[in-house]
Parts: sequence; C-alpha cells; structure tokens
Amino acid sequence: MQAIESFEVPAPPKVNYINAQYGLKSWLLTKDHKRIALLYLGSITFFFFIGGIYALMIRLELLTPQGDFLQSTTYNKVFTQHGIIMIFFFLIPSIPATLGNFLIPMMIGAKDLAFPRINLLSWYIYLLGGVITIYALLAGGVDTGWTFYTPYSTTFSNSYVVAAGLGIFINGFSSILTGLNFIVTIHTMRAPGMTWFRMPLFLWSHYATSLIMILGTPVIAITVLLLAFERVAKVGIFNPAMGGDPILFQHLFWFYSHPAVYIMILPSMGVISELIANFSRKNIFGYSFVAFSSLAIAVFGFLVWGHHLFVTSQSVYAGMIFSFLSFAVAIPSAIKVFNWTATLYKSSISYDTPMLYALGFIGLFTVGGMTGLFLASLATDVHLSDTYFVVAHFHYIMVGGALMGYLGGLHYWWPKITGRMYPEGWGRFSALVIFVGFNLTFLPQFVAGYLGMPRRYHAYPPEFQVFNVLSTAGASILGFGMLIPAIYFVWSMRYGRHAEANPWHLPGLEWRTQSPPPTENFEVTPVVTWDAYEFAPREETEIVGKFGPELEGI
Amino acid sequence: MQSWIPLVPESASTVSWKVDALYFYLSGVTLFFSLLIGAVLIFFVIRYRRRTPYEIPRPVAGSHKLETIWTVIPFIIAMTMFAWGARVYFDQYKVPENAIEVYVVGKQWMWKLQHATGQREINELHVPVNRKIKLIMTTEDVIHDFFVPAFRTKADVIPGKYVTLWFEATKTGRYHLFCAEYCGMNHSGMIGSIIVMEPREFDDWLSGNTGSTTPATAGQQLYQTLGCASCHGANGEGGRGPTLVGVFGSNQTLQTGETVRVDEGYVRTSILNPQAQLVAGFGPIMPTFQGQVSEDQLLQLIAYIKSLHGAGETTPTTAASPAPAAARPGASPTRNIR
Repeated sequence: MQAIESFEVPAPPKVNYINAQYGLKSWLLTKDHKRIALLYLGSITFFFFIGGIYALMIRLELLTPQGDFLQSTTYNKVFTQHGIIMIFFFLIPSIPATLGNFLIPMMIGAKDLAFPRINLLSWYIYLLGGVITIYALLAGGVDTGWTFYTPYSTTFSNSYVVAAGLGIFINGFSSILTGLNFIVTIHTMRAPGMTWFRMPLFLWSHYATSLIMILGTPVIAITVLLLAFERVAKVGIFNPAMGGDPILFQHLFWFYSHPAVYIMILPSMGVISELIANFSRKNIFGYSFVAFSSLAIAVFGFLVWGHHLFVTSQSVYAGMIFSFLSFAVAIPSAIKVFNWTATLYKSSISYDTPMLYALGFIGLFTVGGMTGLFLASLATDVHLSDTYFVVAHFHYIMVGGALMGYLGGLHYWWPKITGRMYPEGWGRFSALVIFVGFNLTFLPQFVAGYLGMPRRYHAYPPEFQVFNVLSTAGASILGFGMLIPAIYFVWSMRYGRHAEANPWHLPGLEWRTQSPPPTENFEVTPVVTWDAYEFAPREETEIVGKFGPELEGI
Repeated sequence: MQSWIPLVPESASTVSWKVDALYFYLSGVTLFFSLLIGAVLIFFVIRYRRRTPYEIPRPVAGSHKLETIWTVIPFIIAMTMFAWGARVYFDQYKVPENAIEVYVVGKQWMWKLQHATGQREINELHVPVNRKIKLIMTTEDVIHDFFVPAFRTKADVIPGKYVTLWFEATKTGRYHLFCAEYCGMNHSGMIGSIIVMEPREFDDWLSGNTGSTTPATAGQQLYQTLGCASCHGANGEGGRGPTLVGVFGSNQTLQTGETVRVDEGYVRTSILNPQAQLVAGFGPIMPTFQGQVSEDQLLQLIAYIKSLHGAGETTPTTAASPAPAAARPGASPTRNIR
C-alpha cells in the first residue's frame, strides 16, 4: 500500500481548468487540451445520438420482412448515414480526441500537448466537416453506403455524394492533426523519468493509432477527392464506361478503411489495459508484448486490405496472400487478450463499473476477433461476404470493442474530468443492460448471415424474420441501456458526489493531481521514479516460468 | 416459417459441403477457445475478487515461455484455417472444363440470363442437376453480386469485364438467388431463384422454350449488320482483319510481342477498344464499337466467335443429358455425373 499512499493528495481544489475562466469565448478559443477534450466530448456525443437514431430506424424497418416502415430509398440513406456518422464522426475521433486529448499530457506529466493551437484547430476542422456532412444529410441525404463504391457513387447515385465526401475529406485533416500532435507530444514532452517503458499502455496504443492516422488518412482524402472529381468533372477514373476501373476504388478505399478499424480499436485496447491493471491492482502481464502488439497491429493492419476483395475476381494468389496476412494480424490481438487474462491471475479484482466494461470488452472482442477468422479464411468468406455475418462481426469489434472501451474509460476518468462521481449502482446496472442488449442484437445476425441473408436489404425473405425480431428486441434494450449513462453523466456533473484527487487509489500520474486538474495539470512538474502499474515494490515480484524475470512492466 | 431454427442453409452443390466442413472446423475451434477464455476469465474474476479494500496483490513478472506458447499455438491453428480455406477457394473459383455456359447480364435491378441454346430468363435460372454450369457475367451499370447461399458461392459482377462463376447443383429444388452487392434503390428486390431440375425435366423445359434464336445465331446476324464481315471475312475467315475461326481459346501474338489468350475479356476489348491489343501483322484500322453495341449484343458476338471452330469440332450444347457431350469427338465425358 505504500506505493499508493506515499504521495500527497492535494486539498479539494478551488481553481481548476473548468472554473479558471468563464464565458463562451474562453471555451471556443481555449488552448487547454482538457477543454478541447470536452468540446470533442460534446460534439461526438451529438453525432453518436444521430447515428443511434439511424440504427433504431434500421432495426425498426427490419422487424418485418416487408419494406413497410421505410421505403427502400429512405432505408438506403438511413444505413448509409448511420455508417458515415458512426465511423467518421463518432468512432474514429471517440477515444483519441476525448480521452486521449485529456489524458496523454497528464499521463506523461506534461502541461499540454505539443501544439495546443493545432489541437484547437483540429476540433474546428472536425466541426466544419461535421457541419458539411449534416448539410448533406438535411439537403437530401446520401445513399451509396458508407463505402461509396463506384461506379454507383460516381455515376448512378442521385444523392448528395460530393457534399458528404467533402465533409469526410475535411474531417480527415482533423484526424491527421490529432495524430501528429500525439506523436510529437509522446516523443518530446515526457516528464523526467518517464521512459518509454514506463509509459502506461494507453500511450503505446495511442502512439500506434497516431501512426495509422498520419499514414492512412491521406489515402482516404485522395480517394474521396478522385471520386468527387469523377462525379463532377466526368473524368474516367473508376467508371469503366469512361475507361476507369471500379475495383481500383475498392483498393484505395480499403487501404485506409481497413487500418481505420484499428484506429477505432487500438485506443480502446489502451483503455482496457489501463482498466484491467488498475482495477485488479496488478501490473500488466507481458507489458512489452502488449505494447509492441499495438505497433504490430498498426503495421500489419496496412497489409490486409485485400481481404475485402475476395469476391471481386481478384487473383486467387493475391487472395491467398491477403488471407495469410489477415490471419497473421489476428495474432497480436490474441496476445493482448491472453495477457489481459493472465494479469487477472492472483490479482485483486473490483467490480466497479469501468471493470465491468473491461471484462465485457474482453468477451465481446474475443467473439469479434474469432468471427474475423471466418472472414479471413477464403472459402468461408466467399459465402459470408456481404451477409449479416459481416455486419455482426464488425459490430462486435466496433461496438463490443471500441464503444465498450470508450464507455469504460469515460466512467473510469469521469471523476478526473469533471471532479464528480457517477452513481456506481446505475453504472453497473447500465453496463449489464448494454452487454445483454448488445449480444441479443448481434449474436442472431451471425446465424442469419451464414444462412445467407444479404446486408443492406430493406425487405428480406420471411425465413430470416426470427433473427431480425431478436435483433430488434436486442437493439431496443441496447438503446435503453445507452440512455441511462447519458442521463446520469449529465446529472452527476451537477449533483454527483465530489471526487477526490485519486478516488480509485491508483499510482498513475493523472491521479497525482487534483480532480479536476488545474489548467497546467500539475503544480510542479513530476519526476517519475516508478513503472506503470507499480502497486507494490518491485522486490516483491513473483517470477513465472523458467526463463527468468523480465524487468519490464514490473 | 419453420418450427425449428436452422443454423446452416440447405446444401445443394458440390462445393457447399466443403465450405460447411470448413465452417464447422472454424466454429469448433473458435467456440472452444472463446469458451475457454470466457471460463478462465469468469473463474479469475470470482476467485480473485477483492476481499478487503486495501489488499495489494504481488506483482508478477511476465514469462517469455508463456508468451511464446500463446503466440505459436494460435499461429499454427490459424495456418490450418488459412490452408484449408485457400484449398476450397480454388474449388470455388476454378472453372472446370465441359461446363454448360450461361450468359448473365446484371442491371439495376434484375438479372438477365441466356442459355447457349437461346432461352432467355429474367431473375430465374433453370439448370439440370449434376451438371457443371459456368456463368459468364457482366453488368450494364453498377457492380452487382451473384450469390446463391445454397451453393456457398458468390461473385461480384463488375461493369466493363467478364466474371465467371461455376457451380454444380447436387439436389433438385428452388434456391435463392440474391444480389449481394449494394446496387441502389431496389437492391433488395434484385432477387430470384435457381431452379435445379432432373435432366429429363430440364430437357422438357428447354424444348418448351424454343423460339428464341441462340446467342451464336444472333451474333452472326450482328456480325453482318455491323459490317464486321468486310474485314474479317463473310464467315470469319479473315481478310484485312485477322481470322476469327478457331481463335477462341487459342493464344495470339500481339504487335507488342506479348501473347494473350483469347477469352471473353479479350474479344470484348478488341471490339470496344480495338487499338489496345492489336494482333501482330495487322494495322490499327478497326473503328471502336464503344456505345454502339449493348452488353447483350457483345455476348452474342462473343458466342458467334466461339462457334467458329475449325474442322472436326462441334458447337457446345446446353442439353442436360450427358449423351451429346460424350458423343463429342475428343471431349471427355463429364466425370461427376452420378
């Protein structure tokens, strides 16, 4: 216990980053990474609810086999917009732009990110992209699917493709700037003693994410630009009638959009590493393996895009290479799951809400990852591609993985961010409701998918109805479960119990300053003499296996 | 609706059971490991729950041995899945010889199909059981996808090129045909049926649907009206342009010195963009037919060129009974007939 009680807990704060300045202008022109994180938090929550309403419309339509609630044209716009909003305006910025923005400087003992003005600029760029996309939705909507496949998107669709594309194009720059900021910050602004291998794994995963953001996002920007160019200027790039190649678009699109999946999941894995270690009071088993697996995922993630094209008469040999690499990229994720599980061995596990989300994450991410093997495998993918199996698989990764990590992290750091505690009982209750609702929504879709139900159908043969009824029932529970935290988070900002500096009794740097932190984060620049997750002195370390101790991560 | 919930769709082709076997293998392995991880997780969470508020467990050093074990074993298992999946993938996409050819043109939002003997169908395809069927597919507009769950196969149908897909149905019946690539407004209405029939019934169906000209005959008429004959000869024997007799399926040397195999895609390119792949010894004198021939007409021209065989060969047939195929000189009888 000495490691935890050895530092001073400052008295309840008078001045902090929230009340240091007042007025709208102090927020809109702030350069404080913590305030910018809150600006992001507000805006992504707004987009999340729009995307969520679209999701419920989809599920309502699919309750019956006939297309009775929505017309096909409306339905096509609804699923397209659900995808665009959720992916580009919620999932991709979610953890990096809120929790990452707030915590990266705090975890390394810095006063701010390396480029505070660029940080604010990235939020404005995000907002501009968001406003243009919302305009596209209100003006008439987009019906191409979030994948914008050509030549449908360039020649045949009569919807607001260019406007939505412009929104995504602009939004990409916010992602690039965020990634750039994080990389420079982690390289140059670590407090004395904060070596790379003392960094919490949250930072490693954000470092890997930032690499993908910088290297991948320009490709989607180019792709969307080419798409708009063909659509507006009628230059043949993708449309074969004009001499283009429609499959070229899919290569370019997935070259970004597959790594983008790792932009969504890696930060969440970082959160889970924090939650697992801190709520079991144990150092992460195999710290360096978990850290390097993030980098491995970032690198290998760029080499697997072709598994989205197994049924596009791509060469069977190219298919084999992409299939092999897709199986290979599953291994670093498996390593993480095994290490998280091993961390729990002989630990001291609390059942607080963030930990429930972390355990839920491991379960759901395991299902998502395992079902990914069915899609990496060539022969089964031929049958399963573009069916509900794919839909279920990526929702297990993106909702079961990315969103669970986000919600777990939000609960965990809520006291630090707002200085207030959320209601624990409601927290646990809603975590369970969300877990049950999520599984009921998406488990039946695996079966429907293998039976052959294609995705993006607003009407379907009646034999698939039973699965859709289960899904819609699950989605209702899930939607209800999501409303509970939305309500109690808002409630707690005013009425929640005041949080201490370190309500969870943890050794991390962000807990060694007041809640909410002062504008400059720390009264004095901390000097780090401990490893990440060092709950007990390292002399007490237990050695497992023959190969002797590894001193990393202890 | 059925009173029980099926987990696997009807299995009705020669590859469907292979895909199912792999699917069961993947399901078994992943279920086993998922349940194992879940069980260990739940056990730890209960066994090592926090008992007193201030307890601090002993830290644990990592173990290279364990890390190696749980890297290598999953990798080996993943490689078995990879190899098995690749093996069956070849079966799914390697089009066998002696298949009955059917031309497929997708358009928003219907499937147009034509048998080599001329019968046209919309959103329905009648085929004989236990015969290999080869689909030569293209689309008039956007990307579609020909998906038959009961056969465990699908292929994107891509504008501007020909995609081939094959299957051999093993059970008579009516099976779903879905468009699996989102194609716009009425995507979910672009569905149909594959009707697998006994050979005798299929022959009856064929003879009850005559009257339409075969694609090859239609192609021959087009060949005349489009003026192809003036350079390629009245019967494709050649002239100012290269001969077309017996070229289909052969290798041609191009002006660049490259060799290409004359397949549907090459003929298509040669009609729409003649300058792209000129046969050695011929000048760039052919005009483009881009925009003048429809996808259907292109397929008819291809069918006509395919029908121009040298001596000793006969035209392909659609008849279901194996007799004509076996009677064809030089052609080996279809092996998979039971």
